[in-house]
Amino acid sequence: MIELAGVSKTYRRGGDEAPALHDVSLTVARGEMLGVVGESGSGKSTLLRLINHLEAPTAGTVHVDGEDLARLAPRARRRRRRRIGMVFQQFNLLANKTAAANVALPLALQRRRDAEHVRRMLEFVGMADHAASYPAQLSGGQQQRVAIARALSTDPHLLLCDEPTSALDDHHASEVMETLAAVRRELDTTIVLVSHELDVVRGSCDRAAILEEGRLTGVADVVAPPPAQTFSSYAARVRHVLEGGSDRRESELREPREAREAAAAREEGAA
Amino acid sequence: MELLDAVGESLASRRGEIIQAVVETIAMIGNALLAAVLVGLPGGTLLYLTRPAGPHPRRTLHAALDAAVNVVRSVPFLLFVVALIPFTRWLLGTSFGTLAASVPLAFVAAALYARFSEQTLLEIPPQTVELSRALGASTWQLITRFLYPEARSGLVLSLTTVTISLISYSTIMGVVGGGGVGDFAIRYGYQAYEPELMYSTILIMVVIVMLIQAAGTQLARRLDRRGR
Repeated sequence: MIELAGVSKTYRRGGDEAPALHDVSLTVARGEMLGVVGESGSGKSTLLRLINHLEAPTAGTVHVDGEDLARLAPRARRRRRRRIGMVFQQFNLLANKTAAANVALPLALQRRRDAEHVRRMLEFVGMADHAASYPAQLSGGQQQRVAIARALSTDPHLLLCDEPTSALDDHHASEVMETLAAVRRELDTTIVLVSHELDVVRGSCDRAAILEEGRLTGVADVVAPPPAQTFSSYAARVRHVLEGGSDRRESELREPREAREAAAAREEGAA
Repeated sequence: MELLDAVGESLASRRGEIIQAVVETIAMIGNALLAAVLVGLPGGTLLYLTRPAGPHPRRTLHAALDAAVNVVRSVPFLLFVVALIPFTRWLLGTSFGTLAASVPLAFVAAALYARFSEQTLLEIPPQTVELSRALGASTWQLITRFLYPEARSGLVLSLTTVTISLISYSTIMGVVGGGGVGDFAIRYGYQAYEPELMYSTILIMVVIVMLIQAAGTQLARRLDRRGR
């Protein structure tokens, strides 16, 4: 499905060279859900962006379905890219379009209109009731689910997720991860998930590539955690955790600094 | 009320002339706004796209456009009008009249709106451009499906500002026979010693500017769904 062979990426700014990835080789099987973990600056987002060729590798090759996007003409490359869905940390919804119009956008780029399909996608992520809402009227978790519906609207066989839960609180993060699990279960989509949150990867992925300072230092077989408890509401979850459940996760004990900073920046932006 | 009566009275005596002046002003500004939208907006979009950190960096093109905008905007307008006379004559066969007066206004309008629309586009979050790439959008689709829809309220607001500036610029077009409301005020109010006519004209222009601004602000607010 995806094959990276000896891939390196170096950014050049002025005369400086900043290596982001060094000699990474990795394969992802069809239908697999692969996590990519690493600290910030480890090159995990770069790795993801190499797969749909948002970044060009400095060395090595990237094949998706046996095809090297680097060798295609720009127009053909854009066409291939449309078959790869992408989900972003900041959702990247267009603020002046409704949820339905955001989901319809990838179709519109192919001069297609299919209101019924758009409705089904919104239903799939549980956002059918908010089809006419604008992003500013939705919570972060709801926005991310709309963004997932958008990524699915072109029936991609591959979904790239770049820190999809890092901008969300725990409750919304688990909603989003449940949605991604449903994508995999029901649509059989291959998923590559970049995250610095180990629990998110442990709860969803089959394997996890470990990146450190641009080098692939190993691929872990993920041992699935005991069946994830789902809660009907935020209150139910809080009660479970605070009143004697054992749902305390590592991320709650030691929240990563960058997630806190991102949350603070969001609140500033909202104010 | 007394003030309004005085305004009405002073204008009634020159009704024919003032109607003609208003028509001339609308014609000049209309032509210039056309240039703003047809030349300025694409220019501003090119400035945005071709800047060094933009989606399509083109150093030379960007520098040339940037310089052109700055030159047009930095020459004092009265000098610009006079300096452009040979060009206007070459273009239209005459350098005199309302249409000829539209030419320098069109240059200024295009340069102003190019700069304003560039600045408006720069406020779009970079993630929007990233999204368009990930969705496989062409450059044309990036502009029409991502940039303009997201920037639309800012584009309306800056076009409002351009319109208001043009009203001010258009008042000196009497020097090349452009006519218009400003020329009317100078000729009949100042030079023909009817100062109340001049003050009446000024008052009316203030009201018109306020109305245009209110309309622009209102439209921009309706178009803005960012929830700020």
